Amino acid sequence: MLCLQVSTAGYGKIEDIVTRMQDDKTGGVPIRTVKSFLSKIPSVVTGSDIVQWLMRNLSIEDTGEAIHLGSLIAAQGYVFPISDHVLTLKDDGTFYRFQAPYFWPSNCWEPENTDYAIYLCKRTMQNKARLELADYEAENLARLQRAFARKWEFIFMQAEAQVKIDRKKDKTERKILDSQERAFWDVHRPVPGCVNTTEMDIRKCRRMKNPQKVKKSVYGVTEESQPQSPVHMPSQPVRKTTKEDFRKQITFLNMQIERHCLKMSKVAESLIAYTEQYVEYDPFITPAEPSNPWISDDVALWDIEMSKEPSQQRVKRWGFSMDEVLKDPVGRDQFLRFLESEFSSENLRFWLAVQDLKKQPLQDVTTRVEEIWQEFLAPGAQSAINLDSHSYEKTSQNVKDPGRYTYEDAQEHIYKLMKSDSYARFLRSSAYQDLLLAKKKSLFALRSSPECVSVTSSFPCKLPEEQVLVSC
Amino acid sequence: MHSRMATEGLRENETLASLKSEAESLKGKLEEERAKLHDVELHQVAERVEALGQFVMKTRRTLKGHGNKVLCMDWCKDKRRIVSSSQDGKVIVWDSFTTNKEHAVTMPCTWVMACAYAPSGCAIACGGLDNKCSVYPLTFEKNENMAAKKKSVAMHTNYLSACSFTNSDMQILTASGDGTCALWDVESGQLLQSFHGHGADVLCLDLAPSETGNTFVSGGCDKKAMVWDMRSGQCIQSFETHDSDINSVRYYPSGDAFASGSDDATCRLYDLRADREVAIYSKESIIFGASSVDFSLSGRLLFAGYNDYTINVWDVLKGSRVSILFGHENRVSTLRVSPDGTAFCSGSWDHTLRIWA
Repeated sequence: MLCLQVSTAGYGKIEDIVTRMQDDKTGGVPIRTVKSFLSKIPSVVTGSDIVQWLMRNLSIEDTGEAIHLGSLIAAQGYVFPISDHVLTLKDDGTFYRFQAPYFWPSNCWEPENTDYAIYLCKRTMQNKARLELADYEAENLARLQRAFARKWEFIFMQAEAQVKIDRKKDKTERKILDSQERAFWDVHRPVPGCVNTTEMDIRKCRRMKNPQKVKKSVYGVTEESQPQSPVHMPSQPVRKTTKEDFRKQITFLNMQIERHCLKMSKVAESLIAYTEQYVEYDPFITPAEPSNPWISDDVALWDIEMSKEPSQQRVKRWGFSMDEVLKDPVGRDQFLRFLESEFSSENLRFWLAVQDLKKQPLQDVTTRVEEIWQEFLAPGAQSAINLDSHSYEKTSQNVKDPGRYTYEDAQEHIYKLMKSDSYARFLRSSAYQDLLLAKKKSLFALRSSPECVSVTSSFPCKLPEEQVLVSC
Repeated sequence: MHSRMATEGLRENETLASLKSEAESLKGKLEEERAKLHDVELHQVAERVEALGQFVMKTRRTLKGHGNKVLCMDWCKDKRRIVSSSQDGKVIVWDSFTTNKEHAVTMPCTWVMACAYAPSGCAIACGGLDNKCSVYPLTFEKNENMAAKKKSVAMHTNYLSACSFTNSDMQILTASGDGTCALWDVESGQLLQSFHGHGADVLCLDLAPSETGNTFVSGGCDKKAMVWDMRSGQCIQSFETHDSDINSVRYYPSGDAFASGSDDATCRLYDLRADREVAIYSKESIIFGASSVDFSLSGRLLFAGYNDYTINVWDVLKGSRVSILFGHENRVSTLRVSPDGTAFCSGSWDHTLRIWA
């Protein structure tokens, strides 16, 4: 009985590849029987055949990549080396065989230890040298014998029954089936040190398993008591779409249809322009100067950035957009001091105060809203900002029910004003231009300003960039 | 007045079927409208852009210390410290430059799938199968007992899949297997806003990089990526082109677009102004899911970690793969570029984290 809730993206692609690989009508790998000393090795293909096939059919240019992919296909259990428990792919004459679809991972196998015990027990009953247990298998068997001491007779009997069934099969068929069975266990009980590819991401588990389903046994053994899956999680109840859901969808869709969107050509130009502007700041593309600390083991780059003297490159970035100035604490500081020198800093200080308001814990919000009102908006305010009457009205209403977004509209309005006015003046100012051209003029920061004082705390608890503006 | 009464009358006559077909026809109309604006492909316009040179990206640091699968990591703003969390419940803070472990705490649950560093560098947040997001202040006391200072902030009804501080230590945004995202006040633990709309587990989220923005994007098992207004709780935009779970979403540095990584083995770029998928990053030979994605500083490169243990580096504009990085010995589960873009960190089910530059 197959698991019905398999996520198709999980196994679909890999199984499609494995199927194509075996299909000789469409240029699959050459699967053949190889003569060896006294016997024949049925149904094998070489590692290099697989590697070649992958490179040809999946457009892989690099052998290493093909070997890596092939090894993963092996690790998942779709193809296996006939003479090794370790499921990896080698690009040479090593022989591999394909796994029977019955044993594919998409069948949601979760074989119990009783099955594994039956398998190992069965192996000890067979007299062939090639079927001798490996050291780790012998250890596993010993451990299982201790764990299942009480029902070992039952396990032994099952193993005997399996041996009987196997003996009835054709010799060649047995060779193939034995190896496929062994490969199945190599996936579900891997060699110590190998990746267990059956491990699942717990977030995806409950959609893969049907908790009601009885776990099937490899050897048809029915368990008296099914152990509860250790990963039992309640699955989301599937809600049927209601009228209300559809109404919401319709409202949403209408909103989207009304939305003014840009043409792809415009969007492409914009994305390209952005990367081109910032490419010189991207250490992966333009090597960092003086060096990338991770590569050179020298933190000079970071020391320079922490200093109060911004590089020309850093100052240039402030000119890209007002957000860049506001984002960089040194830039922000320079911008503020420039405006102070012109006695026009109230807009920026209001903007910063509102940003700060949004960072406050809930319990402090009401107080801060009031403080901001008093300083910037109340009649006769010390740092009165200039809002149009509409925004002012709206804000006065908002203040009656104070919250983190009380000043959102006002802030947006002031932001636009600053962008076209204060920011533009800052970029034209000699203060900024001097920094940009790295003229040896002392920075504003060195002059003590009677207005706002910035306090920097030292790392590690507070980063030097965290500047707390004490409001005047 | 008359039209309102008429509309209400119509509402009575709406059946489930008629609403469904109206929604379907609107979807068709929307697709038509969007298609009109699709005059060219990004990679076509990008043909004029200079090709990238050969990259030499190597593992520069390997962080060993977790006893089980590494599930999540986040950078500190200081560009060198990181926090990482694991399946065995351990959360570790490292100075990844020296590889020294600076703090460690063991959560009471396994599968700690989410962790985040506070903007101040003074705290971390984490959670997972406990359905909560907890905040731990970081101190430099000699015998620090992190667990004692733990503060439970978020409470969901299913596993916590992702968490992120906003631009302040005082608010945390969370995503959960219960299908919702939520914004919380750290100090009081109060729910400030919840975000409903995903039809299944939400697996990831990312906050828009703007100084003024109040939006974030989330991705889920319903194959949808949704953009939200943090103030109103409303979904502003929605994208559904992946064929399977979206494991990771990350904004393009300008904030005008975002990338996603999915179990369908592709990564995609969605532009918010075009309201559309504008690029898909895939190869025939990439058949395992992409678990986590992040952009380089300029947005030209997209780093993506996959369940096939590799990291693929994509040219975002041209759509081609520029590099494949081997090294991890099991799935790559988490990947973030450092705050100044000088490196990126990957975490894996092989118990290690690697810094690449």
